[in-house]
Amino acid sequence: MSSASSGAMLEVGDLHVAYGRVEAVRGVSLSLAHGQIVSVIGPNGAGKTTLLAAVMGLLPSRGTLRFEGEDLRGLDVEARVERGLCLVPEKRELFGELSVLDNLMLGAYARRAGSATLRQGFDVVYGRFPRLAERRRQRADTLSGGERQMLALGRALMSSPRLLLLDEPSLGLAPLMVQEILAIVRGLRDEGVSVLLVEQNARAALESSDEGYVLETGEVALSGASHSLARDPRVQATYLGGTADGE
Amino acid sequence: MTPEVALILGIDGLANGAVYLLAGLGLVLIFSVTRVVFVPFGDVAAFAALSLAAFETGRMPATVWMVATLAVLALAVEVRSLVVRGESRRIPRALVGWGLLPALPCLAAWAIAGRPVPALLQVAIAVLLVVPIIPLVARVALQPIADASVLVLLIASLALHFLLSGLGLLFFGPEGSRTAPLIGGALSLGGFGISHQVLLMVGAAVVLSALFFLAFERTIAGKALRATAVNRIGARLVGIRPARTALLAYVCASLLAGLIGVLVAPVTTMYYDSGFLIGLKAFVAAIIGGLVSYPLTALGAIAVGVVESFASFWSGALKDVIVFSLLIPVLLARSFFSVHEEEEEEIDE
Amino acid sequence: MTAQARHRAAVAVLVAAIAIAPLLLGKFGVSLLNDIGIGTLVALGLVLLTGIGGATSFGQAAFVGIAAYATAWLTTAHGASPWIGLFFALALTGLAALAIGVLTLRLGGHFLPLSTIAWGLSIALLFGNVDAFGRHTGLANVPPLKIGAWSLVEPPAIYYLIWALVGLAFLFNHNLLQSRPGRAIRSLRGGAVLLASVGADAFRVRLTLFVLAALLAGLAGWLYAHMNRFVSPSPFDVRASIEYLLMAVGGGLGHLSGALAGAAVVLLLKNVLQDTLPLLTQRAGQLQAVAFAVIFILLLQYARGGLMGFVRRWTRGRFAAPEVDAARFADAEPLPRRTLPAAGAPVLAVQGAVKRFGGLVAVDDVSFEIRAGEIVGLIGPNGAGKSTLFNLLTRTLPMSAGRIEFLGRDVSTLSQQRLARLGMARTFQHVKLRPQMSLLDNVALGAHGRTRSGLLAAGFGLDRVEERRILAEALRHLGRVGLAGRAHELAGSLPLGTQRTLEIARALAADPVLLVLDEPAAGLRRQEKHSLAELLRGLRGEGVTILIVEHDMDFVMKLVDRLVVMNFGAKLVEGAPAAVRADVRVQSAYLGGHDATAGGAAGEARS
Repeated sequence: MSSASSGAMLEVGDLHVAYGRVEAVRGVSLSLAHGQIVSVIGPNGAGKTTLLAAVMGLLPSRGTLRFEGEDLRGLDVEARVERGLCLVPEKRELFGELSVLDNLMLGAYARRAGSATLRQGFDVVYGRFPRLAERRRQRADTLSGGERQMLALGRALMSSPRLLLLDEPSLGLAPLMVQEILAIVRGLRDEGVSVLLVEQNARAALESSDEGYVLETGEVALSGASHSLARDPRVQATYLGGTADGE
Repeated sequence: MTPEVALILGIDGLANGAVYLLAGLGLVLIFSVTRVVFVPFGDVAAFAALSLAAFETGRMPATVWMVATLAVLALAVEVRSLVVRGESRRIPRALVGWGLLPALPCLAAWAIAGRPVPALLQVAIAVLLVVPIIPLVARVALQPIADASVLVLLIASLALHFLLSGLGLLFFGPEGSRTAPLIGGALSLGGFGISHQVLLMVGAAVVLSALFFLAFERTIAGKALRATAVNRIGARLVGIRPARTALLAYVCASLLAGLIGVLVAPVTTMYYDSGFLIGLKAFVAAIIGGLVSYPLTALGAIAVGVVESFASFWSGALKDVIVFSLLIPVLLARSFFSVHEEEEEEIDE
Repeated sequence: MTAQARHRAAVAVLVAAIAIAPLLLGKFGVSLLNDIGIGTLVALGLVLLTGIGGATSFGQAAFVGIAAYATAWLTTAHGASPWIGLFFALALTGLAALAIGVLTLRLGGHFLPLSTIAWGLSIALLFGNVDAFGRHTGLANVPPLKIGAWSLVEPPAIYYLIWALVGLAFLFNHNLLQSRPGRAIRSLRGGAVLLASVGADAFRVRLTLFVLAALLAGLAGWLYAHMNRFVSPSPFDVRASIEYLLMAVGGGLGHLSGALAGAAVVLLLKNVLQDTLPLLTQRAGQLQAVAFAVIFILLLQYARGGLMGFVRRWTRGRFAAPEVDAARFADAEPLPRRTLPAAGAPVLAVQGAVKRFGGLVAVDDVSFEIRAGEIVGLIGPNGAGKSTLFNLLTRTLPMSAGRIEFLGRDVSTLSQQRLARLGMARTFQHVKLRPQMSLLDNVALGAHGRTRSGLLAAGFGLDRVEERRILAEALRHLGRVGLAGRAHELAGSLPLGTQRTLEIARALAADPVLLVLDEPAAGLRRQEKHSLAELLRGLRGEGVTILIVEHDMDFVMKLVDRLVVMNFGAKLVEGAPAAVRADVRVQSAYLGGHDATAGGAAGEARS
């Protein structure tokens, strides 16, 4: 797998992250280039969410963590947001009691945007997610699961992110919805947003990404170009429901 | 009890309720953003009252020294924290924020002490003088443990109350004082009078609540505050710094405390520890609101004021016992209606 | 010298020092020690209630006051003997605690400590406002204690009574914590669900603890009244309660010895301040309150483990408390066992289970059956409703509609703990162990529902026979999962896989008919999964019926007899593993694509 190249947008080197008393991420290295979608797949409890949390700064970590050459170590979560990283966590963490509109508006908080920029942002989000436009004045906690996912993604887009960290975007979504979301993600990549995608739905993740890492019990078990990984027999057997009968 | 007596008691209750309402808003504001049940809220209100009393007798309030001491402490803590985190370049800003800003009302107080100035100016400076207190105290005592459980923060808050009331006694002495009414005279309504002071209290409560509501709904700072209260992690993920919103909440609460102090000062004799009881009764109101809902807190405050008023008619000595005992059924009702996650509240881990 | 011997020697030295102190110290020193003894009793209650039981009380001083006023009133207004006063005071305090506890101990989260402020304040205010209690002047001329002809008026005389009582209190509580009710108390902080899963009622355990702490405070109050021979409202207000809390937190909430350490330090400090502050300033009294507040805040910021927390770190187990020796209960009679149903008999039947959360239907009309001797797997993709259904089955959540039968009984509305006692034992997706308890104790907790020793029996050491049987049982189950050699290690030091195994041992200690496991393989490495599967197959061989809720299809495939697959809250398919795996609906649910053939869609990766 390509190691720290000078053009890498995100560089993770030998990362160790403790979650409670357990070391959930053990020496993970990965790199993501500009304009790439990288997916991280693996079973429940493999450390994928912990990895994203550490990149974002929600959890302390040991090892190398660089974004565009800058060491993320000294920066708190909010500073990383200001640099253009944006995490859409598994639990979405929306502001349930606030309206859809307010949730979106707060998404742009770090940009300290004027009303014109805000309006532009709204147009983009409503264009991608017309259902959010319909429900703009509703409280966020009255939305359905799929709509909340859209809102979470929309809120992330309002911050004009340079690197989007997506934690299980397909969670709880019907297959059709999942395809829609992933299409949007690919569209973002085409507009220059880089994406680090964590997914349990291995097939969908590998179909949409350029490179992939397989995480198992905190360590990188496999990595490579997504289409190669998708054809790798081990990956097929474990994650893609291949016909092999296991050990 | 005749209808006239009941009416008088009711109006009295409303006036007290207005005060509890404002205090309740302050308590809910602080709790929702920082998870701190800010017990010393009333103490700060008392300081504002005592400061105004000092101005009226031509002296410089001892509050100036209190604020100065706290500012030095807060500055020391902030600078140390910046140095430890390797952010020494932020020290000049800290000096301005934690040193210069609190000094301004102190200077103003020093300037007007003993001089013949309009009463309104004295009131304004008395209020501004206490505004730095809650943020400074929170910076020193609470921010270092900001991520601790609600319980640890509650214990710290209680300790803070004893700290502030001890300082109050130290700086202000044990004597009580009463200030001149902000507005003299009374309104005549079909046979009896409602003092203008009472009307001012109720009016202030209404206006401030409205401003509160507008600020929360219409300004981005207000929304950021609400967002932090609703979902702290979500707030961080959009770049809202909890420490900053906490600071905003503390400053607003401090302002409310100051206003309450100058509103109550003409009505009762204020001692250095009178604030505690006011804070506690406002606390009952805040609990009725579940420490999250402003409208319910407002209703609760009026209820507490009215109950207290009637209870004092029935038994002056036991009225506080009655009011605090009421807290238990309120807590029961509240607990029944809210969903609890099983939070393991460890103090020592 | 072994750690245990060192511990015993340290205790012996302490006891000797306390015994000879009055001979060495003057009247003033002895008075101070008396105050410390009384404070220790209250702090002991707090360490139990708050430190071990996890319920913070800001009102203990109120209980001290109730007892003090009760005995003072009885002995002055009615001339009764102080010993009658003792019973009266303790009875009144106990009743008050019972009433307050019943009302408030169900409060969750931070409402509970807030409620203690409420009654602590009310009661304190009451003392100062009732005529019979002398209002703010209080009650004077309270008679001193007399044992026969011996009057305990002088400080050295009452000293021995106070410290004897302190010693007895420590002994009682020490015994209590090493017993069946003690394990339940020590598990309170693990949550009500943990206790319910082993058949204990967290509310009752907490209530008992609350009353115990109040009685300790009451004992202190009685001693206070007859030592000072005067009671007034001020020593029983919120400030005093905070001071007691400071003693407990400052001494260290983690262990009983913290009560003594904390009381000693706080009262000594108070004395020092009272002597030195007046030299600095005239307003010394107020400064003392300020000084204490500052100390408390610093403590919370830097040393929440208290004094004993430091001591523990320095000594690092070189003074460990005596461990239970496995050989000593090897010959204990085994606990009675349940008769398991015959193979194939219905164990659990779920009929039309529905769970709605507002508008969201998390479980949608699910029905299935589990028969004795099977291993059944409940699987489905994330968000399928497995966890919710699991919670319905274990009665952690109430059903919106439907029926559950366990061993032929309708348990649809039964409480968790009753269901546990009927024979359903469970594990948790996020392991609920007590990290500060040993492996042996954690497993022994599982046998809670099978045994009966209560608080009094435990405190007075009358439960030793049953306790040995419980520990022997726990050791046996530890052996079954291969952890017998580590029985005395602390559970918190285990890696995740071993923790899950330990939870299974705890579930086995309940002698279950049905073992329900919540994602036991999550986060385990390949080897650990193999061992787990082996263990479960072995258990089935012994006649235990098992239901596994799992996300890992691979793990369950080779293990279970039958699979039930859920998706979007409903049951999708049920049947033998191979058939289920080949089912197109299952594949599309998990894989999210219509193309289920291996490696097919990969070519369309780029858009």
